[in-house]
Amino acid sequence: MPQPLIDINGLAKTFGPIKAVAGVSFSVDKGEVLGFLGPNGAGKSTTMKMITGYLAPSAGSVFVSGYDVARDPIGAQGEMGYLAEGAPAYGEMTPHQFLNFVAAVRGFKGVEKERAVAIAVDRTQLAQVLHQSIDTLSKGFKRRVGIAQAILHDPPVLIMDEPTDGLDPNQKFAVRRLIASMAKDKAIIISTHILEEVDAVCSRAIIIDRGAIVADGTPGELAARSRYQDAVTVEVNSTDAQGARKALKALPGVNDMLDISLDGDMRGGGAVLTLFPEPGQRLIEKVSALVTERGWKVRSLVAESGRLEDVFRACTTADAGNGGAGQ
Amino acid sequence: MSQVWNIFKRELASYFATPLAFVFIVAFLFATGVFTFYIGDFFRAGRADLQAFFMFHPWLYLFLIPAISMRLWAEERKSGTLEILLTLPIPIWASVLGKFLAAWAFAGLALILTFPIWISVNLLGDPDNGVIIASYVGSFLLAGGYLAIGAAISAMTSNQVIAFVVSVVVCFLFMASGLPLVLDAVSGWAPQFVINTVASFSFLSHFQSIQKGVIDLRDLVFFAALIGFWLFVNTVLIEQRKAG
Repeated sequence: MPQPLIDINGLAKTFGPIKAVAGVSFSVDKGEVLGFLGPNGAGKSTTMKMITGYLAPSAGSVFVSGYDVARDPIGAQGEMGYLAEGAPAYGEMTPHQFLNFVAAVRGFKGVEKERAVAIAVDRTQLAQVLHQSIDTLSKGFKRRVGIAQAILHDPPVLIMDEPTDGLDPNQKFAVRRLIASMAKDKAIIISTHILEEVDAVCSRAIIIDRGAIVADGTPGELAARSRYQDAVTVEVNSTDAQGARKALKALPGVNDMLDISLDGDMRGGGAVLTLFPEPGQRLIEKVSALVTERGWKVRSLVAESGRLEDVFRACTTADAGNGGAGQ
Repeated sequence: MSQVWNIFKRELASYFATPLAFVFIVAFLFATGVFTFYIGDFFRAGRADLQAFFMFHPWLYLFLIPAISMRLWAEERKSGTLEILLTLPIPIWASVLGKFLAAWAFAGLALILTFPIWISVNLLGDPDNGVIIASYVGSFLLAGGYLAIGAAISAMTSNQVIAFVVSVVVCFLFMASGLPLVLDAVSGWAPQFVINTVASFSFLSHFQSIQKGVIDLRDLVFFAALIGFWLFVNTVLIEQRKAG
């Protein structure tokens, strides 16, 4: 069986008494974009630093394209592009000098070097600041310089720590499109705490909390673990609110109801009622039938879908006490 | 080796990307001038040699070389670029060597720019140019020794000021280990061979012996071994960083 491009086993890192990463195992294969989610300090960056050979693990192993990062870091690093946290770069250099340095280190020479740099510049749209020192660039351009040096040698494995941090919405869109365009022949890991990004570019997501993996699946699968999966939200006006509360709550298959009263609200009162189903139940047909039967004046009726954000909160805040998605 | 060259080029260029290079070279030339003409009494000595010029180099380097070496690693650690350097496919020894050679070449350039004084002394009299060349070689080796120490110390901290101060202190100990100041601390209790060993580490005595115009193999070996040792320490220190 061929080894996946990134293969991680029992990876752990302790800093003195602090367990930053407590034994994570996963693998990423060609064509996958793995979203690495977790609150600040969960161990995302530490894990990435170990994959790229910047930090030596306390335990466990990392293989990249078959190279053991601990034994042959140079071999593994040749197969990887890495955007480090905060996109560090030599501030006194211009993007052009910096990218040429990286290209030379990556073994490019002459015309090939020029071509590699030109392609990276083009893909990250750096042309207009190419000869300006990196220190003087805006945050967005600095980030793109970091991305350019990571993709310069068209590596089979790409590790990016918060690639869209500090970018404006247009730039974010461009970077996501860039990642998506490279996805099919690479194994990519991106860390983020922007959850929409996971939906936008990732084929798989891992949620990490306190150094351990707490959820692993496609964005759809993870979202389905949210209590909003197949939930229904109805907004009724004030005359019907009281009756609707009772009748909807009593509906078979309803597990719980979130009741937001709009009394005193400028919309003229009423209530927004969100009905959470029991596992496996679909409520939308039942609710809409009930609405028609009773003749309620309904302002909106929405069939909800799972919310990644909800799952993220449930997975990563152990004592929040709203255990909707915990399975 | 090509990676050493890549690092060397980048590092050397970085000196000239900021005013640092020019400030340093001007300060170096100014200081050599002051020491040679005022304190060394170059003119009144009435001799056609550069004794007055070279005799202050160990003291001058004590402060100027740590100013070059302090940024070598501390700056990379501070700005986070160390993470780039260590995740590019470059062996650590190649980075260590490339950075050291760049700093050494820069120090060498500053030294070469003192050539007007050599020309002057040749116009004024008839000096022994062999001695002067040997002294330049000795001065360059001396700078390399200080630099290797400073580079390793720079790898221990992300604070350039700390790197500078500690480097000055350590370099001073190495320079002065042949002087009574250091030897007196040892001579009261240690056996003779220990005293001799400590004294033999002295930059000053090795530099002075080269300055007489004879490049002795022992002096070359001393500087080569010293530089090699500190570059090794430097590599180990960077390697150690990975363990966190």
